[in-house]
Amino acid sequence: MVDFIRETIILWPVAIPLAAAAFAAALSGRHGLQRVVTLGAVIMTFAASLLLLSIVLSEGMVAKEFGGWRAPFGIVFMADSFSAAMVTIANLLALCAIIFAQTELRPRQIEAGFHPLFQGLMVGVNGAFLTGDIFNLYVWFEVMLITTLGLITLDRTRAQIDGAIKYAILNLISTILFLMAIGLLYGATGTLNMSDLARVLPETQASAALTISAMMFLVAFGIKSGFFPMFFWLPSSYHTASIIVSAVFAGLLTKVGIYALFRVFTLLFDIDDGAYKPLMAFFAAGTMIFGVFGAAVQWDVRRILSFHIISQIGYIMLGLAVATPLALAGAVFYIFHHIIVKANLFFIAGAIWRATGTFDLRQCGGLIKQSPYLTLLFAIPALSLAGIPPLSGFWAKFMMIDASFRGDAGWLAAVALFVGLLTIFSMSKIWLEAFWKNPPRPIHYRPVPVTVTVPIVTLCIITLTIGFAPDALVRFSQRAATDMADRQAFIALFFDDTDIAEVNQ
Amino acid sequence: MSLIYAFSVSALMGVGIYLMLSRHLMRMLFGVVILSTAANLLIFVSGGLQAVAPPIIQGDMNILGETAANPLPQALILTAIVIGFALVAFAAALVLKAYGTIGSVFTDDQNDAERLGSPFYEEGPRNG
Repeated sequence: MVDFIRETIILWPVAIPLAAAAFAAALSGRHGLQRVVTLGAVIMTFAASLLLLSIVLSEGMVAKEFGGWRAPFGIVFMADSFSAAMVTIANLLALCAIIFAQTELRPRQIEAGFHPLFQGLMVGVNGAFLTGDIFNLYVWFEVMLITTLGLITLDRTRAQIDGAIKYAILNLISTILFLMAIGLLYGATGTLNMSDLARVLPETQASAALTISAMMFLVAFGIKSGFFPMFFWLPSSYHTASIIVSAVFAGLLTKVGIYALFRVFTLLFDIDDGAYKPLMAFFAAGTMIFGVFGAAVQWDVRRILSFHIISQIGYIMLGLAVATPLALAGAVFYIFHHIIVKANLFFIAGAIWRATGTFDLRQCGGLIKQSPYLTLLFAIPALSLAGIPPLSGFWAKFMMIDASFRGDAGWLAAVALFVGLLTIFSMSKIWLEAFWKNPPRPIHYRPVPVTVTVPIVTLCIITLTIGFAPDALVRFSQRAATDMADRQAFIALFFDDTDIAEVNQ
Repeated sequence: MSLIYAFSVSALMGVGIYLMLSRHLMRMLFGVVILSTAANLLIFVSGGLQAVAPPIIQGDMNILGETAANPLPQALILTAIVIGFALVAFAAALVLKAYGTIGSVFTDDQNDAERLGSPFYEEGPRNG
């Protein structure tokens, strides 16, 4: 049994939520049972992802070929340290969200299908992290898209319908571009397996089709992850969803896009080749600046945070814009830090709503007297997001900016520092308006339930741990960055020398 | 023959993008449908299009014959059609719901999400 689980470990992060989605759908109408199924599923998925991570760390990459079809003919799953860690952190966030949902979820939202849709989203996210086949990646993106649309419109309010339409149309364009890029790539190389592509692409003659394919991948994943000229769907939809959904979206969805981008431009295309780097630098700088300026004028907590997702995505993009091993390690560190902190801030926005009954900063206030603990809990992720030492955001920004200076991209480092300053402005705005000032009208404060504080405290502790002992995560990020860029390891996963010799004959 | 297909792909993409630039939600949706058709056709063409036999393994053989078409692009397109159908069906339902809730299919009238916390409005509509 133990051997069986170890052997199939890479499948469980997808199989468990898939089964849970089916059960939750079959149990629709029985809220208690659905809740048990979902809670059990997220705990089991988290345990499975931890086991996967430990196996990957001790024994190297894990891979699985489906249905007895050998790569490159069949669909494969593969996990290096980067993807295993992404799966782990995604499922940690899912666990936090489900704990948060215990009291925050309304019966209407459960009836609208929250549980099966949430599990379906986790299927898509974990599948996207683990797949080793580019067309399979497209399928997981579509699974994510259809479940996120259901999750946004849980309450069917006017704002949600409006947000969902913008989300749907722009993301449909992104997936169509992704599909076209796959078609062109297949036409040029004749294979869809990522390891095989890593082997074949360097030997393929450069052609217009390949360049267009790379650009289409860039734009498609750019829309998904919210790059500068293409991010408009994000701040016009994320804030309309219910806060549990917003927190998970904020933590995970854009990061799946970023993950796919890193995979495609480290494993398939050569980032040092051609005009990719200046283009990435343009995207990174624009994303950082426009995200943070967009946040400055907003008054809804969730909208401020949504715009900050965009500016943080710019920091992660610096990793590909500079593309030294140091920068890639910084980007990996940044992704981990960002998922934890950003989801936590959305959870705290939910707690603010719980306490004051509004998300609009103009109408709330006085929380510092009402719940000083919440104020302290807000300070940790907010200061971490802005990059104040000794919190996790400081190390993340430090690694990125250090890498930019060393990688001859001083202007990007300057932009990053400037944007960090503006981030403090936005965070202090939330601080002043929601916690510090007296409310404009008397507010009837409600107590914040313990299931809301548990995930917030957990994520705060992780932020503090990373902040005070960044060593382990820094070393891990360096390893993940090395693994990510190591094409030979990916090729050796499925093809040994004799295979290659046979193909060449 | 590839050239004819290339032109039809570009024509379809042009039509799709033109429709998507409209402010009418249904036109945008039709634009998405046409654009995804163009994507499917593109896969077909780039997968290598020839007038050959269908990819069926003959009774007395174990592998595909030399003249058979490549079955993989066809499988990819089938998958993409199925997924695209589901998404378009959902999007059509969403547009219908938007027409029922907001009372308009023009994007100009749909700014409820934008109003939440916007500095230009005193107070946005209630949400959640």
